[in-house]
This record gives sequence, structure tokens and C-alpha cells, in this order.
Amino acid sequence: MFRILMLCLLMTLPFSSLAEVIHKERSLYRNILVEKTGDLLCLKFNEKNRKSTQSCMYESKPKKLVFNYTKMTFASLLFINDPQNVLIIGLGGGSLSNTIHELYPSAHIENVEIDPAVIKVARDYFNFIETDNVTSKVQDGRIFIKRAALKKQKYDWIILDAFNGDYIPEHLLTKEFFAEVKSVLADGGIVAANTFSSSKLYQHESATYFDVFGDFVNVVTDENSNRIILAGFETMPSQKLLIERVNKLANKLIPYDVDLQLLSEHLFYTKGNQDWPADTKVLTDQYSPANLLNYQ
Amino acid sequence: MNKINALIYFLAFSSGFCIMGIELLGGRILAPYFGSSVHIWGSIITVFMLSLSIGYLLGGKLSTRNPSLTKYGLIFFVASIMVVPIVLFAEPIMTFIFTHIEDSRYGSLLASTALFFIPTTILGMISPYSVRLLVTDHEKSGQVAGGLYFVSTLGSALGTIITSFYMVLAFDVNDIIKTFAAVLGALGLLAIVVSQIKTKERAVCLES
Repeated sequence: MFRILMLCLLMTLPFSSLAEVIHKERSLYRNILVEKTGDLLCLKFNEKNRKSTQSCMYESKPKKLVFNYTKMTFASLLFINDPQNVLIIGLGGGSLSNTIHELYPSAHIENVEIDPAVIKVARDYFNFIETDNVTSKVQDGRIFIKRAALKKQKYDWIILDAFNGDYIPEHLLTKEFFAEVKSVLADGGIVAANTFSSSKLYQHESATYFDVFGDFVNVVTDENSNRIILAGFETMPSQKLLIERVNKLANKLIPYDVDLQLLSEHLFYTKGNQDWPADTKVLTDQYSPANLLNYQ
Repeated sequence: MNKINALIYFLAFSSGFCIMGIELLGGRILAPYFGSSVHIWGSIITVFMLSLSIGYLLGGKLSTRNPSLTKYGLIFFVASIMVVPIVLFAEPIMTFIFTHIEDSRYGSLLASTALFFIPTTILGMISPYSVRLLVTDHEKSGQVAGGLYFVSTLGSALGTIITSFYMVLAFDVNDIIKTFAAVLGALGLLAIVVSQIKTKERAVCLES
């Protein structure tokens, strides 16, 4: 019993005693917390839950990406050349936007974030860069994309990163929403989605992506972590093209701690390899109990 | 408690159940066009409260003119019909509002008004009308009203939890709303039929 207690105590130590809260605010949607643990600065949405960490940054090496899923998002670059119009739904600390801006200074990047407090914290603590080309807008992602479709805007790289470990906005995980995303995707563009789905939701999510985009790619480098879904591409790039792109970009991505070679080896194409039952119910605006399914 | 009164309590319970079930699904219906920010719930709750308050006023007024179980059933029947447009016209109505109003606060307020104002107003008429049918002794009027609020609000609580915990997992939003409409319509018919039988029975009693 004593040993178990000691073990518990030891496990909580790194998270409680060393972390220093440097900013705390209650926004319209959540509690926002900026925590400093040594060199690591993190944005969290909830004090009690470790899963709620949204974004982190090494203060001494701000370029270096911390989270595996952020790194995996860059597998998108194996599918497109020089993105010029990028749309990011869900800002977090802004690390994706900053990295893409550094890689492609001339690219237009639009960040859409529902919570104005998150944008403020990203600016104040995480060096979120905004320029004439890099903008942020406070809006629900679904509405932004619907309006973009009306204006016939097109993006060649769309990153969906609006989910967090605790909560999935259910209207951003339906067939109708993906169809709207597809309608603003430029020819030859790509959609990258960071998903937190586990258990039952995993199948429904896969079936829904498949229904709209056809076969897609799961990027998984670690069995225990999230997957990144890459969808919307017309054909799977050939091995030769993948190697070409790795050679061209791998060195540029090293400062961000993104191993493009490794990512290129962890692309799982669903064609002929679907890991969900064929009769899985597709999520729609009419049927979208994503959060309930995620707990089952 | 006589059977007629039991029926009235049951109907009031069911209307409470349907009102909150529909209100809860309102969030789902609006989300694709207006998002899921707090102001969406602001719009929905405002419209429901406003229409219920007007419904109470109208129901109370109506109950002063020859109240009967048949008219009570008719309220349910009309409510049932007015719920159907939510299923049939939500898409075109919301598309129209979305393209004409940029601000999603006013867009969602207008959309909830267009979709929910009429059916909820009619459903709001049920409570005061029920009180009128149940009260026979003015000394007990407060007790009767209390009992009725208890039953209909309990229905609302159950409608909220059952819809949000279980029904959305099993059915499409539109199917749930159609079911609510069907239930309201069936209950209205039941009240009308019971009322007719009672009238005949009374006529028979008087003749013999």
C-alpha cells in the first residue's frame, strides 16, 4: 500500500510541483491556462486534466515543435507542392501557423479560432506571428467555411485542428461539413485533420471521411497517439514522388524537429485496407453524437 | 382522480417532454449554419421562453370561452402540425437567412424564431388550459396548478435528458422531431375521441 502511495506521489510530482502558472483566464468557452515547466511553455484548457494541453513551446528553441501530432501534420507536404493558400481551423498556440509562415513566407495563411481569448494568449505568450499574409479571425469554423464557399474561395492546404482531448464540436465532424470543406479545397490541395477519436468514434469518423473524400491516408507514428487524416488528394503520390519531396524538404524541416523521412514511412493508405466495418454509420448533421460515441 | 383528469395530466406531461426535446434538438439544427457558440443557445432559449410566455397568455384567454376537452385536443393537434415545418423547411429557411445576415447572433435569432416560435407558442397554451379543465374548486386552484406544473416540468426534464443522452445516439434529428409531432397529434386525437365518447355517454344518461 505504502509503495503504491509513493508511486502515485512520484507520478504527480513532475506535473504539480515544477509547473508554474503564469497566466490564467476564464474565457467564454473554457478556462485558459498558460503553464511554465522549466523551458516548456504550455497552453491548457483545463487544470485538472492532463489531456487538455493544447499547445506547447520550448522557450529557448521556439521553432522546435513539441507535439507529435503537430509534427505529423507536416506529412501533408508529401502530397502538395508549395502551398500558397492555407486555412487553419483551430489556432491553439499558433505553432502550425508560425511554422508554415516560416517555411513559406509568401503563403497566405488564415487562422480561424472560435475563442478570442485563445488568439490573445497565442499573441501574448506564444509569439503567434500575424502579418499582411497571416491573419486570424474569431469565428466558428463551420460558418467560416460556409461563407468561404459562397465567396468561391479556394485553399490548397486545409488543416482541421478544432478538436481537443475533452470535446469534439460535433458539427465539425459530419458528412455535410466535409462536403463544404471539399468545396473550398483547390485542385491538387489537401485536407489534414488532427483527430482525437478513439474506440467507436474512430470507425464512424473513418467512414465519414471515406464517404466524402474516398480513400484517405492515416498518419500514425506511434500506436498510442492520435492519427492525422490526410484526405482530398486525387491520387496517392508515387514512391518516386514521395522520395523527391522528402529530399527537397527534409532538411528544411529539421529545425522544427519534423522527420519527413519517418513520416513518409508511416502513411497508411486506406485503399484495400479499410480498418472499419463497411456498414459503419456515416456521421451527418442529422446524426452526430460524436462525443457520446467517443466514450463508448 | 378520475380518468379524464389523469388523461389531462398525462397530456401535459407529454407536451412538456416534447417542448424540451425540440428545444434541445434546436441546437443541433442551427449548428451547421450558425455554429455552436453560446449565443446560439441564447437565441434558442430566448425564442422558447418568449413563445411560451405568449402561449400562456393565449391559452389562458382561450380557456375562458367554453372550455372543453375537444378544444384541448385540438391545441395538441394544431401543435403537431406546426412542428412538421421544422423538419420540412429548416434547410431552405436557414440557407436564406445565412446568405442574408452576416452576424450569426441575429441570424440564429431569426432562424429560431422562424422555426420554433409558432409551435412553441401553441404548446405554451396547453398549461393554462389544463388548469382550467382540472380546477373545479377555487380553493384548490393553487394546488391543481402546482400539480400541473410539477407534471409538465417533470416531462420537460425527462424530455431533455432522454433526448440528449439516448435518442441522439439512436436516431436522426428529423426522425425524433417527426416522432414528437406524431405523439402530439395522436394525443390530441385521443383527447378529442375521449371527449366525444363522454359527451355521448352524458347524452345517453340524460335520455334514460
